[in-house]
Order: sequence, then C-alpha cells, then structure tokens
Amino acid sequence: MSTELPVLKPADFGSDQDVRWCPGCGDYSILAQMKKALATQGIPREKIAFISGIGCSSRFPYYMSTYGMHSIHGRAPSFATGLKSVRPDLQVWVITGDGDALSIGGNHLMHAIRRNVNVNIILFNNRIYGLTKGQYSPTSEVGKITKSSPMGSVDNPLTPLSLAVGCGATFIARSIDTHIKHLGSTLLAAAEHQGTSFVEVYQNCNIFNDGAWKYATDRETKQDNIVELEHGKPLIFGAESDKGIRLNGLNPEVVELGSGIAEDDLLFHDAQAPEPTMAYLLSRMRQPEFPEAIGIFRKVDAPVYDDQLNSQVTAAQQAAPDASLNALFNSGNTWEVE
Amino acid sequence: MASTVENIPRATIRFAGDSGDGMQLTGAQLTNTSALAGNDVATFPDFPAEIRAPRGTRAGVSGFQVQFASEDIFTPGDQLDTLVVMNPAALITNISDLRSGGLLIVNEDSFVDKEFRLAKLEYNPLDDPDMDQYRVIKIKMTLLTRTAVEELELSTKIADRCKNFFAMGFVYWLYNRNLQPTLDFIQAKFGGKPDIAAANEKALRAGYNYGETTEAAISTFKVDKAKLKPGTYKNIMGNQALAWGCITASKLSDKDLFLGSYPITPASDILHELSKHKKFGVRTFQAEDEIAAVCATIGAAFGGHMAITTSSGPGIALKGEAMGLGMILELPMLIINVQRGGPSTGLPTKTEQSDLLQCMYGRNGESPLPVIAAQSPADCFSTAIDAWRVAVRFMCPVVVLTDGYIANGAEPWKIPDFDSLEKIEVNHPGERSEDAPPFLPYKRDENLSRPWALPGTKGLEHRIGGLEKEHETGDVSYDPENHEFMCKIRQEKIDRIADFIPELEVDGEDSGDLLVLSWGGTYGACTTAVSHCREEGLSVSHAHLRFLNPFPRNLGSLIGNFKKVVIPELNLGQLQKIIRATYGVDAKGIHKLKGRPFTVSELVEQFKELIG
Repeated sequence: MSTELPVLKPADFGSDQDVRWCPGCGDYSILAQMKKALATQGIPREKIAFISGIGCSSRFPYYMSTYGMHSIHGRAPSFATGLKSVRPDLQVWVITGDGDALSIGGNHLMHAIRRNVNVNIILFNNRIYGLTKGQYSPTSEVGKITKSSPMGSVDNPLTPLSLAVGCGATFIARSIDTHIKHLGSTLLAAAEHQGTSFVEVYQNCNIFNDGAWKYATDRETKQDNIVELEHGKPLIFGAESDKGIRLNGLNPEVVELGSGIAEDDLLFHDAQAPEPTMAYLLSRMRQPEFPEAIGIFRKVDAPVYDDQLNSQVTAAQQAAPDASLNALFNSGNTWEVE
Repeated sequence: MASTVENIPRATIRFAGDSGDGMQLTGAQLTNTSALAGNDVATFPDFPAEIRAPRGTRAGVSGFQVQFASEDIFTPGDQLDTLVVMNPAALITNISDLRSGGLLIVNEDSFVDKEFRLAKLEYNPLDDPDMDQYRVIKIKMTLLTRTAVEELELSTKIADRCKNFFAMGFVYWLYNRNLQPTLDFIQAKFGGKPDIAAANEKALRAGYNYGETTEAAISTFKVDKAKLKPGTYKNIMGNQALAWGCITASKLSDKDLFLGSYPITPASDILHELSKHKKFGVRTFQAEDEIAAVCATIGAAFGGHMAITTSSGPGIALKGEAMGLGMILELPMLIINVQRGGPSTGLPTKTEQSDLLQCMYGRNGESPLPVIAAQSPADCFSTAIDAWRVAVRFMCPVVVLTDGYIANGAEPWKIPDFDSLEKIEVNHPGERSEDAPPFLPYKRDENLSRPWALPGTKGLEHRIGGLEKEHETGDVSYDPENHEFMCKIRQEKIDRIADFIPELEVDGEDSGDLLVLSWGGTYGACTTAVSHCREEGLSVSHAHLRFLNPFPRNLGSLIGNFKKVVIPELNLGQLQKIIRATYGVDAKGIHKLKGRPFTVSELVEQFKELIG
C-alpha cells in the first residue's frame, strides 16, 4: 500500500485572514508568487515558517497557512536564526522591508548573512516607509521629498545587494514584483540554496511612492533599463537585444553590439565565482547610467551556520555517549560529609 | 619550638593586590582547600572593571575575601581576621576592614617610595601610628619568591608572578591548610608549562616553609569541619550553579537547551560554562547584540527548545521590547539578569539589586512577567529549575534575578542525585487531521496557559505575533473588548502562579516586633543578622522572598502580624515600594548602594534601632 502525499495548490498556502494591504500594492504579487513557489517545491505546510519584523511587508506571515511569527521591528533575522538553530528541519523564510531590514534591523541582517544561516531573506524594497505613512527610507534617493524631508532627503541611499556582498552573502538575487515568472523562479532558487539567500524585490508602494520602479516595470522602458543575469551568459539588454555590458578595466560600460563589438567581448555572468567582486560590480550598476541587473548575482557553496552548530553538538555527544549529569555534578574536587 | 595551634570556629581572610597579582586565583584556592577540609565557606571576590588598571594604583586593587567556618555560615564575613596586602595601594584601600588585633601580612618589598607615589601616599602607611592595633607581619615576598625559583632561571618578570603562591603558602601554614589540592591544581593548570608549574609549586612551598621556620606568628589557627548535612559536596560559584541548573532543567523536561547571549559582566561566565556542555545537547549562540540574543531565544522557544538568555541590567534594558513580545506570544523561556551596579554602565564588576523595578515593569503596555530571585551561589541551581517549571506550566517568560555577589561568590553545594529530582512535565499537542475543527493556539487550560504547539506538527500551523490577538483563535484583533479581556487574562495567569508556589516561611516566630523581609543575595547577611538579634532576645523574625512576582499568598497576612516590617535592599527601596503599594503598609527600608553586600553588623545595628 502506498501513501500518496496530497498535492498542495498555491491556494492551500493561503490563510483564512483577509489580506489588508492597500489595493494595488506590489505585495499582493509577491504573496501570489510565494504561494506558487511553495506549491511547486512540494514541502508540506507544517515544515515551513515565515518570520517577519514590522512594516507593511511584515504582515506577510498572517496571510500564509504555514507556521509564522510577526515579531518586532528589524529583528526577524535573529528570531529566524534561533528557530533555525534548533529546528534545521524547517524551511525558514524572513520577510522584511527596506526600513525593517536596513534601518532598524541593519545589524541583524548583516550578522545573519555573514553567519550564513540557512534562511531565505526576502526584502521588499519600495524605497519608502509605508506603514508609518510616508517617510523616506534607507533606500530613498537623495532629494526625496517626503513628510519628514520637506526640502528633500540628504541621506545617501543604501544599495541592499552591495551590503549583502559586503557581508559575504552566498546567495544574492534581485527581482521585481510585477515580473512574476522571474520572481517565482527566483524565490524557488532562493529556497533551494543552502545558506542565507538574500533576495531584493523591487516592490511598488502605490500610495506613498508610486512609480518608484517605473523605469524597470513599464513596458516601454524596462528592456532598456533592466539586464537579466543568467549564469554563463553575456550581459545583453535592450528592446532589440542590441546593447551589452563590457568591462573596461575595473569598470563596466554600456556598449552597442555590432559595429565591431561581438557578444564575446561582453561581460559573461559567473554567479559561482568564488570572489564576490563581480557581484559587487553588478550591484553598483544603477539607473540612469546603467541598466539595473536582476536575477541571481551570486550563488556559492559555503559552510552553513545551523549545520555547523548542530554538528558540534552531535560530535560532542558522539564523543561522550555516556555523558551523565551525575558525573558532571561530581566532577572536580568533592568531599563527603558523614 | 613548634608554634601553638589555636582552634577557632571561623576565619575571614582577604587577599588584596594589583589586578595582575593573581588575587582571585589565590582566594579561590584557599576557598577550595578549605571546603575540601570540610569547612563551610562563603566568598566575596571584588575586582575592578578594568582588566589591568595602572599598576600600583588604588583603582587597580583587586581583592578576594573568604570566610571558612566549623559552623553554618551565610556570608563571607564582615571584619577581616587576616588581611594580606601585596602593595601599599591594597593596604590603604582595605585596611579599614581589618579588625583590631587582626593580622596584617604585607609584601614588604613593595613598600617603597615608587609604590607610595603610585598609591598617592606621602609616607609609608606602615609607619602610621594606627597600625599599632594590628599584628603586622612584614615579609619580603618578592625577594623570597625570586630566591625560591632561582634554579629555574626564569626571567624576573615571570618569577615575580609567582609571589601570590608564596603568599598563599604562608596563609596555608597560618591556617594549617593542606597543600595537596593546590599542588594538584598547579599540575592541572600549568602542567603544559613545566617551568611555570615548578615555579609556582616552589613559591607555594617556600611560603609555607617560611611560616614554619620563622614562626612569624605567635600561633597558627585551625578551623574544624563544619557540621553540614550528610552528603557529597562541591564548592560552586553562582554562575556555574545557574548554568548547571539550566542544563538540569532542560533534561528534567526532556528538552535540549538553547542559550542566546551577548557577553556582559557579570553574566558572561554562564555563557562560557554552557558553551562547554554541548554533549548535553546545549546550543549556545553568541549573538551580535543583546537584542539579537533575546530574539534568537524567542525563536528557539517557538521551535520547542528550553530557551534562555543571560545578561545584566544594561542588556536587559535592550531586551525590553522582545521580553514584551515573549510575554504576548506566551512562550516559555528564561530571562536571566545577573544584576550589577547601575544606572547605565554603572559599576560592572560590583553587586547591586537595583533592577527589580526594571524587570517588574520595564516594558511598554501591561506586560506582567514572573520574577524569581536566587538567594546564594548554590541556590542558583534550584532557582533555574524552579523558574523553568513555572515557565512551561504557565507558558510565559520568567525573569531570573541573581547578582554579581552571588554570581561570583562560592559556597559548598550539596550535590543532588539527578534521578531523584522531580521531572518537569511538558506537553505539546499532537497532529490534527484536515477535518478536525480549527486549531486554537490561544485556547487556555485550567492554568490559563495556551498550548505549546511546535512547528513541524501537521494540522497545528498557526501564526503568532506582537499584535493583540483574539481570544482563543490568536488572530489579529483590534476589538476594544477583546483587548481589555486579553490584558486582564494575561495578568490573571501570572497572578495565579501564586497558587503554584509555596507559601512564605518565617525564620523565627510568625508574629512580633520586627519582620525582616529580604530577597535575592542579601539572604545570608539578613539570616545572620536576624539570628544575632534573636540570640540577644529581640523579637525579630525573617522571611526571604524567592518569588517577587507573584508574591506568595500569605505575604500580606504575615506582614500584618508584625509591629514593623523592614526591607534591607542594595538599592533605594525597590521591593519596599512594591510592598507599600501592594499591601498599603509602612514598610521601612535599609538601603545600601556601595557595590558591596550588607555586612551583618550594619544590619544588626539598624534592626536594633528600628525596634527602639
């Protein structure tokens, strides 16, 4: 007799709670792609946990039918680290935003990544504070006029993926809320990676920062503004696939194909390069000088924190199979009182 | 001519020297040797926050005090019988604690002009006429140590590092102590460096022989075995006892232990100790900060482990928000606060009890947490177990308070038999089928506790979080009636723990002139002071609180049985405030904020004043 596992559909990963994001929010699309990705990978609901911090994106766990925790502002990577350390059998996702991950939670993001905890961190980047009603965020552009920056923000923005490279991330990717096929496959790739997967998703906040990623999402402009990374392939972009990225010394440059420049002259993407130099270079390509890269920037194998933590425990237990607390209590100098 | 041996019931000795002089090691060795000899012991290490403050200065003085006795003792002693000082700074900062007629043992080699200047002294303090009240023994310890290790041809710097063993050897002779435990220790600690081991051994023996050959004192002393309860004993420090208590609690509940911690004085030794015990399934996570430490702890608690976090006041301040989350998530965990002198960075290496109000109330919203406090170094063991028992039964974080004094202090611990300890029952709901009614993560049992449903269990998938939840379903709810109901029920749950904890016991009559009400590390001083008062026929009783929240059920009526209640605390009256507010009584306070524990004599004096 064989027991067949029930096949879960995307809808099976949704909870019974009403989704309360603003109509038109980019989060809806990410939620839909997540459910699809989970249905595709085939891991049962009870083996999955979503951990979030605070912010619009962090309501995400409430809308999933898996285990979940809506924690405190910025600290989701720490909760996830604790959970994954003791329960390596679970698939743990961290859902965060640009304010949550990069402002109040910058420290924990950095340390989760450098430890290479086997969790998937999805950063919804809308370049604004949504839940607190529209202040500039750590990814808002200089000069941004918001409620808290009426004369324009003077803060330099962070590039999330550059930060991830600096922390030694072993999986770095970027996708776009409306680019649904690409987003779905990126989430799946993140789930499959052993170690911290860090994914930035360009997400539109249609209330407080509508059109922040317009250049990357509009039908007319996106192909000129986005270059899709594929491992082993040259960096080609443009509506006519007629432009590419070439390395000039240590700097990238945009070139037109033809007129003496062939595909072989272009930069070929190597997601598995041991050194993160090229991943960093790609993360620095920003509009309007360059097309912005999406796809998997980096995917390398490295020791995983929770594996190592648990291996030490296993090794210690195997080395001392007869370990007893009575032996511990009576170790060292003791004396008898009659 | 052999010197005479005087039998004495107890002795209090302090070693004081530069931070680098090895005074902590010296004191710990005398403590261990005395415990092995069957004495009751109590210690008080006292050291500066700086690792190596400028040499020879008063700021750099490190001390270790130990009392050993042939009777039950509860404190490291008030006044010193013997003070060993390695330099003038140590003398000037410690001499006031030496009793009149006490022995002052000095390293004469360091009583020179240069050292006087470093200690900001204009003259040799040994020339002070006040010194006449002490029996001063001057020994050229540096010179004698160098001579003792001469044949090893060590550098002068290395040779001089052995002089604490010389001082130790002399004190061992003075108190008729066996050298063997320390000789074993030297082999174990320095065995890999034969030169150093040999030098320390030679210095130890030289100090001992110096006493024997010069008969520097009129007589030596002997402290007989104490009449402790029969059993096997071990000398244990508070932080170690707490760590072992946590491991034991985890095993009693069939759980693995997870510690999320960030190094902080005086709690770090718990992290160090636990990180050694992976074979017992202990996982330690040295986090990037205090907040990550507590958040990882909550994550591990969600995952089903016995999860704890350790810190001290400044770290607890950072953990406050997450402690509130732990409270509303209603997950079991221990939040351990080894209190130190505050506010802010305060006095990192000194003791205080000034975080009680912080732990009781230092969170936003209505956020009650049980609070339990250990009373002595060995008591930290059972405190950890009791705390975990409450945490799992009532599904809540429990705050465990110790302090620098009991964390670093040591005393004999009667070793328990693990198999005789009461198990800690933990229930996790099992799988549910698709057609079962929906799982209710906030449905409460008779203790008002919710189920501890573990991720990985089919059919129990649920979401928890910091937003207010609806009764039973745990869904997010902004309903005003529900919010008030949930705040009240969370409070009620904590209040009901009073039905689970023992009533407060009284040492002495259960009514009378004065009730001394104490908590935490002041137990020993209060017990001893009350016993002195009672010996003098005064109507004084003592009750010591283990649970600060909730209080034992009989506390209010007990207080009412006495004409006066006094609460001695190493703060400005924190428990006093709570007692006054809770019971509407005019509780008196005795307050001390000097980074040091109460002395017995100062308490006796104040108790007498209160009785009038």
